[in-house]
Amino acid sequence: MTDKTADHATPPSGLSQFFKALGLLRESRIGMFGVILVGFWVIMAIIAPLLPLHPPNTPMVPLQGPFTTMEDGTNFWLGTDHKGRDILSRLIWGSQLVLLWSTLATIVAYAVGIMLGVAAGYLGGWWDEAISFFANVLLSFPVMVLYLIIITYLGSSGFNVIIAVTFATGPAIMRIVRGLVLDLRTRDYVAAAEVRGERPLYIMIVELLPNARGPLIVDVCLRLGYTAITIALLGYLGIGLPPPDPDWGKMIAEAQPLGSFGANGAIWPAIAISMLVLGLNMLADGLREISLRD
Amino acid sequence: MAKQDQVPVLECNNLSISYYTRSGEIPAVIDFDLTVNPGEAVGIVGESGCGKSTVALAIMNYMGRNGAIVGGEIKFMGRDMTTMSEEELREIRGSEISMVYQEPMASLNPALRCKDQLSEVLTVHEGISENEALDRARVILQDVRLPDPDRILQSYPHQLSGGQQQRVLIAMALLSNPKLLLLDEPTTALDVTVEAGIVELIKDISAKYGTSMIYISHNLGLILETCDRITVMYSGQAVELGTVSQVFDYMRHPYTRGLFSSIPLPGTDRYSTPLVPIRGQLPLPHERPRGCYFGPRCDFFQEGICGGGFIAMRQVGDDPGHTVRCSRYEEIDWEHYKPDAVVQEKAEFGDKVLEVHNMKKYYEIHDNSLKAMISGERVRYVKANEQLDFDAREAETVAIVGESGCGKTTFAKVLMGLEEATEGTILLDGKDISQLPVRQRKPQLVSNLQIVFQNPFETLNPSHNVGSQIGRVLKKFGIAESKKDIQQKVFELLDIVKLPRDFAFRKPRQLSGGQKQRIGIARAFGGNPSVVIADEPVSALDVSVQAAVTGLLTEIQREKRTTMLFISHDLSIVRYLADRIVVMYLGHIMEQGTTDQIFSPPYHPYTEALLSAVPIADTSVIKKHIVLEGELPSPTNPPPGCPFQTRCPHKGRHGTQQLCETEMPPVKEIGPGHRVKCHLDDDILLRMEPVIEFAKTKKGPSVPAGAITAPVRSRTTKPKPKAKPAARRPAKPKGPKRPRALKAARRGNADDLKLISGVGPKLEGVLNGLGIFHFDQVSAWTKEEIEWVDDYLKFKGRIQRDKWIAQSKKLSKKS
Amino acid sequence: MLAILLRRFVSMVLIMAVISFALFLIFESDKSSVAAKVLGQYSLPEQREIWLEKNGYNRPFAERYLSWVGNFLTGKWGQSIQFDQPVSELLLPRLANTGILGGFVFFITIGISLVLGVLSGISEASFKDRAITVFSVLTTSVPEFASATLLVAIFVFWLDWLPGTSPFTNGFELAELVLPVSVLVIYNFGYYTRMTRASMAEVMTSQYVRTAILKGIPFRSVVLKHALRNALIAPFTVMVLQLNYLLSGVIVVEVFFAYKGFGKLLYDSALFGDIYVVEACTMVAVFVAVLSQVISDIGYTLLNPRIRYS
Ligand SMILES: Nc1ncnc2c1ncn2[C@@H]1O[C@H](COP(=O)(O)OP(=O)(O)O)[C@@H](O)[C@H]1O
Ligand code: SF4
Ligand code: SF4
Ligand SMILES: [Mg+2]
Repeated sequence: MTDKTADHATPPSGLSQFFKALGLLRESRIGMFGVILVGFWVIMAIIAPLLPLHPPNTPMVPLQGPFTTMEDGTNFWLGTDHKGRDILSRLIWGSQLVLLWSTLATIVAYAVGIMLGVAAGYLGGWWDEAISFFANVLLSFPVMVLYLIIITYLGSSGFNVIIAVTFATGPAIMRIVRGLVLDLRTRDYVAAAEVRGERPLYIMIVELLPNARGPLIVDVCLRLGYTAITIALLGYLGIGLPPPDPDWGKMIAEAQPLGSFGANGAIWPAIAISMLVLGLNMLADGLREISLRD
Repeated sequence: MAKQDQVPVLECNNLSISYYTRSGEIPAVIDFDLTVNPGEAVGIVGESGCGKSTVALAIMNYMGRNGAIVGGEIKFMGRDMTTMSEEELREIRGSEISMVYQEPMASLNPALRCKDQLSEVLTVHEGISENEALDRARVILQDVRLPDPDRILQSYPHQLSGGQQQRVLIAMALLSNPKLLLLDEPTTALDVTVEAGIVELIKDISAKYGTSMIYISHNLGLILETCDRITVMYSGQAVELGTVSQVFDYMRHPYTRGLFSSIPLPGTDRYSTPLVPIRGQLPLPHERPRGCYFGPRCDFFQEGICGGGFIAMRQVGDDPGHTVRCSRYEEIDWEHYKPDAVVQEKAEFGDKVLEVHNMKKYYEIHDNSLKAMISGERVRYVKANEQLDFDAREAETVAIVGESGCGKTTFAKVLMGLEEATEGTILLDGKDISQLPVRQRKPQLVSNLQIVFQNPFETLNPSHNVGSQIGRVLKKFGIAESKKDIQQKVFELLDIVKLPRDFAFRKPRQLSGGQKQRIGIARAFGGNPSVVIADEPVSALDVSVQAAVTGLLTEIQREKRTTMLFISHDLSIVRYLADRIVVMYLGHIMEQGTTDQIFSPPYHPYTEALLSAVPIADTSVIKKHIVLEGELPSPTNPPPGCPFQTRCPHKGRHGTQQLCETEMPPVKEIGPGHRVKCHLDDDILLRMEPVIEFAKTKKGPSVPAGAITAPVRSRTTKPKPKAKPAARRPAKPKGPKRPRALKAARRGNADDLKLISGVGPKLEGVLNGLGIFHFDQVSAWTKEEIEWVDDYLKFKGRIQRDKWIAQSKKLSKKS
Repeated sequence: MLAILLRRFVSMVLIMAVISFALFLIFESDKSSVAAKVLGQYSLPEQREIWLEKNGYNRPFAERYLSWVGNFLTGKWGQSIQFDQPVSELLLPRLANTGILGGFVFFITIGISLVLGVLSGISEASFKDRAITVFSVLTTSVPEFASATLLVAIFVFWLDWLPGTSPFTNGFELAELVLPVSVLVIYNFGYYTRMTRASMAEVMTSQYVRTAILKGIPFRSVVLKHALRNALIAPFTVMVLQLNYLLSGVIVVEVFFAYKGFGKLLYDSALFGDIYVVEACTMVAVFVAVLSQVISDIGYTLLNPRIRYS
């Protein structure tokens, strides 16, 4: 009997769990919508170099409307902006940027938030007091104020955007994790680990963190959407990624002063960012729905 | 016994109820019949998930969003409720049928004062004014024996204790004088002594108001104390139905029989009458077998007969009212049935392994209120453990018993090194560990001391598979090093706890509660500990699974000669498995001694109350009723003097009142190793009577526990039909002849004799049986008559001690 | 109760102190850059030195910080570099404008979300509930600058119903308020609605609501008397706490619509390097945020009898 069952011993890998979750998602309509929307942009971002697009930063014919075909046969599906750059191409290359930086920023913010949250929640005492106070200080800033101060102080670059996002959302993540850990640490299996003399680090990583996974995955989706908004927003305010990269927010900012002439250049990125965020929010909803089921 | 001329209050016929979930229709209750006659109390007993609550809510016609009655009818006073409109139902709910719930705290609205929650029942149903409603609420609150109704009315639910909350809910249910009262596990969330008070109250209510009741419980003993008839449910079906004596004394269904054999009854111990667990576990509704749902767990299963189609309820012999859902009940020969019991040999105890001396544990609480800041009393102490003194030997099982908050778990934490003792020593193999936090303990020491936790749903980490969690222990304690060794060892441990080896690769959520507890046991014993603490290891499990897990635990413990500290609130299980018992109250050890010493007089007054509070599922037992007044004090603010003095019924006997209220009682040795913390004189202690007695000796041990064929009941409040001819009253006292005439009863309504302090409902029944209904009858007793009654009731002077005559004189003047 | 207030107040002061110190550290620890910012890029080193000496920048750091705090508390917030005006004079009218915008948004948002949240919470999983949920997910997914872009395209460029900017050049005009308020309401109400819905749905499945129903109380009273009181505690707390996020959105919207409010001022000053204005604006923003936390805490205590009487 042992031989037969031993091959069950390989624990399911992270990837297979991901696909299993995806399979479960099929039962949530809203989650499926989310997968489609997010999937669309992820695929676009990945295959951007393979698509027959105009180069995103090369000026051609300015201010063309959507679905224009030039005499030489070049198509501008979504028209061009005031500098004559192809909007579709900028949109698709822009998705790469938004996805890349928001993912990176979210990962860093999460790493910091989880570390501090688990420490504050499990170790308690002075650790908790100090970390929570620090978080409270940061949470007392309206996030925009924090961004403005950090970026104007550090200057605008992708790296600094990550730092700003970490400062702005890290404390919120820390609070969530701390709350989860405060709940989990009262479980008997944590006591069981303590009673067999495990060290705090082991307990935090092996006993606590894996069980906080569920709510955190939902939060990651929401947070990713929020970070995507932030990146675009910083671009819009002119303190995000440096030009000339086709950042969605910057596209809106550049089109806005042109008034009604710029409307075409502003609408598409506005729709794009909303689509992406909607997708992530729906995905989060779907995940929450299936997680509530079992 | 149904009075044929009356319309039953409630009649369920062929009732079937389903829940609709994503995985389809789940039949939660199938083909359920129930009749409740006026004034009758019917019990529904069964394990969790068998459909009890579903039945109760269906009677209220409240099925939630995803439930529906899919067949049958529910007739209330002859009207079919399943076809009523929402408005008609609303008028019945709360006024004609009302309900009391399992979790009192959750069932009261936290944002409303009790007065609003109580008065609205009347303002809605009877349209009377708020003030009138409150007046009636006050009366009812008094009836449910809540002191100071005005304070209760002004309180928010969280300001009341659990017992008080439940009384408020009972009052709320009784306000509009319903015809039918549904009680869904009303005492499950409460402590035993509080439970005893509520049960007493429920019995009185049925007597006083004549309300019909449906009492739902998983506890057979409670049903016996409260009900006239009983329905045993299993997996959505009623499997046996009859009067209490029919079912308790002449049970016919193998499941009922199994249930009785798997609960420890008084007078049993693990050597003479081992428990007989029911194998396997309750099937989930969508995994029910074909034919008899109990088939896979039944020793009498026969493919052709039991495994076929639907099995109907049939009458047992020519005994009307007793029906059973078993195709083979006539053929089963119970006399020669020899189930596999967990038989054990008496163990020889070794040396002292654990010695606790004068151990104290105070928790500091920082009071941040302004008052505390100003007065400077910022720190208060919760005295969780005071002066613990006991020891345990190799291979011995020492039970620590007490109600919630008495400091059992705190002691376990100190022992495990999760907390440090405030004072005193704990010697493990001669080494003091009281101040040694677990992280500073050597691996050898840590592995020597392990624990089995209470809650099966929390004991295992849901993220890791079972094998790796057991393996971690083995690795940590150096039992096995290489991956292969560890796996081999894990398999062996699984063998020991009687689980299949492939469970090693399962995630905890794929296991049932009992299986998880087995893994918890495997994990605790994995490091070959010398002491194992079991903190209420089976209290969260179903009765039929409890026996198997307890059996396993003690078996391993005996085999490995481990010392076990068994923490529990359940005296019956403790009696069954402990060698010695430590009784705790408010952080103090009130009494300790061998199991026999604890369970027979002399008792400590608290132990006596505790023993009397445990419901016993045995009709031949006569129990002394001691219902404690008041609530458990808080350990932050313990009373001065004896910790038990606020509730002690013996306080003040022989002039010790002053002492009890001011001085901590000394610990007295009243037998070898039998220590009691009480001011009472030795001779008073020694003259105590047993709490539990048998009316008649039971039959020989060839029949499993509980299968008592000659029922003898002491209840006299209501006439009981008999299953078999049997003596109906305890053997008559020999004493002097009954005096010619106790003053005869006059006409008119009977007085409430329970107002005499010392008389409970049971005694009242007995007195009524003697023809005594009025206070003036009692106050007219001559000395001779007093002596006779005293003797008749085996009171040994209690009538005089409790001043019945003086009391009744006062009372008769009043009435 | 009083103790809670007191403790909250102390922590509020502490947070403000830490933040003021951090701000001072960021903006004024390097005094030569302060001088360069105030006197301009092309000022001479001697000029800067004289200015620093005159304005007391050559004192030790700690002393400078304390006198800065003293000045700040007495309303001496310095001179704006960009506008050459005392910061306090500049800031107050801007704050008033933002107050108008924020007030409108706050009350409209709360109104809509309480109604929608309660409606969908009492009939969980009904069509109404699903429609409201989907609608609010949809609207929360459109960030302020995107919805502003789309609304402007529709109502300004296409239909020409509303003005596309809100500079209030001819004094206060309601029409200029419509778009900024709508944008903020659209983005924010969804979150509050879902909060309220979740809380309401949870309360509706609670045992005490079941008790009330099985007591035969009419459904209306069950909702109004038993459920709402408990269900609104959590949303209230969150809504007040979220004032902070609302303020962030206000900044974006003010920039987009050139609305002469506090957010636009902060934004302009931050880009310009007008440090005294940035400092003052930040302190004001933080003060509002911390105050809202205190209010939310007190409100929670007042609403919740379990805490009030314990
Ligand atoms: N709302 C529900 N939805 C689906 N299944 C339910 C629901 N409520 C109870 N059940 C199932 O119905 C069965 C009977 O439950 P219940 O009446 O609560 O049993 P008991 O009161 O005897 O513990 C169980 O299997 C339970 O899981
Ligand atoms: S019908 Fe058969 S399987 Fe079911 S209880 Fe009776 S004997 Fe056992
Ligand atoms: S000391 Fe007094 S109060 Fe305490 S248990 Fe003994 S008799 Fe009762
Ligand atoms: Mg139940």
